Amino acid sequence: MSETVISPDSREEALHTGHHPDLQHHFDDMEQQKEASSLGMWVFLGQEIMFFGGLFLLYLIYRMNYYPIFSMASSSINVKWGAINTVVLIGSSLTMAMAVHSAQLGHRKLLTFFLIGTIVLGAVFLGIKTKEYHDKYVEHHIPGTDSFHFVPEPGLNGVTEEQSEMLSHNPAFQRSAQIFFSLYFVMTGTHALHMIVGIGILIPMVILAWKGRYDSSYYTPVENFGLYWHFVDIIWIFLFPLIYLINRTPHIG
Amino acid sequence: MSEHVVPVRTYLLVFAALMVGTISTYFAAQIDMEAAFHTRFPLNSLVALAIAVTKAVLVILFFMHVKYSTRLTKVVVVASFFWLGIMLTITMSDYLFRAFGSPVGVGGPK
Repeated sequence: MSETVISPDSREEALHTGHHPDLQHHFDDMEQQKEASSLGMWVFLGQEIMFFGGLFLLYLIYRMNYYPIFSMASSSINVKWGAINTVVLIGSSLTMAMAVHSAQLGHRKLLTFFLIGTIVLGAVFLGIKTKEYHDKYVEHHIPGTDSFHFVPEPGLNGVTEEQSEMLSHNPAFQRSAQIFFSLYFVMTGTHALHMIVGIGILIPMVILAWKGRYDSSYYTPVENFGLYWHFVDIIWIFLFPLIYLINRTPHIG
Repeated sequence: MSEHVVPVRTYLLVFAALMVGTISTYFAAQIDMEAAFHTRFPLNSLVALAIAVTKAVLVILFFMHVKYSTRLTKVVVVASFFWLGIMLTITMSDYLFRAFGSPVGVGGPK
């Protein structure tokens, strides 16, 4: 049990006796320990795939049933911010990949730098997301509120001026439009929550990285966190076309 | 194996490919492909999803190191997506064919 608590002295001592201080006693060697960790992380991500998969399935069925309304509602979301956020998030995946790379090579300062870069880009993403949510609030696109009011843009998705005017006063249409916005907030909100959790893990990781907790022989937490962060990126890669780009053409179909 | 150090060049190339994918998915959505090819087949949606799947595979293989991981990890990754496929396929095989032999359309009366 002495291995479980590592003081700097015992760490130094253990390194000299050839036994890695970060090796838990129930593993044969560092390689096996890392494999087990990585496998466990992937099983967790498998659960995450099923969790988000359920949301995507829900989205798919409603989109099939309410396709014209989904097109109109989707066109009301500012695609520029969504595209910028996609670039920001893929950028944060690159910095995260570079962080793991730096850890593998044992570059403490570079590792800290790239982890901070990932936090900054993650925060930029969440900032833009907040701005987008605020836009939806200003436009009265918050589902479930009494002030909900959606006016489809004429000239897009086969909607004419008269139809737009008519639909904006049609209670059934207004109810159906709220289905899209509910899915929009739930799906992007769950994604954003995953990013908030991610940043919450990154902050202590930066401190530990700066203190030299990770080196080329032990960086499993950094690598496993990287898997999580890239997974969140993949979810956004699917959310961007499905939420923002349903139909940006003048026609419906 | 898991200690494989991926060269920075590979990361940058994958990043560039992901950027190209993002830009092309943005512009592909502005083109009315269904009208251009005179088809009712949902070309726009399929192109957008094809680009998204390609981007996801690039992230999984290179950023998530699955290309360099052990066979056991690869099996878990493939199995995860296979289970997702089961969930989507079986649910859709129900929803898509609910209208069979019934006077009401998919999801009930319109």
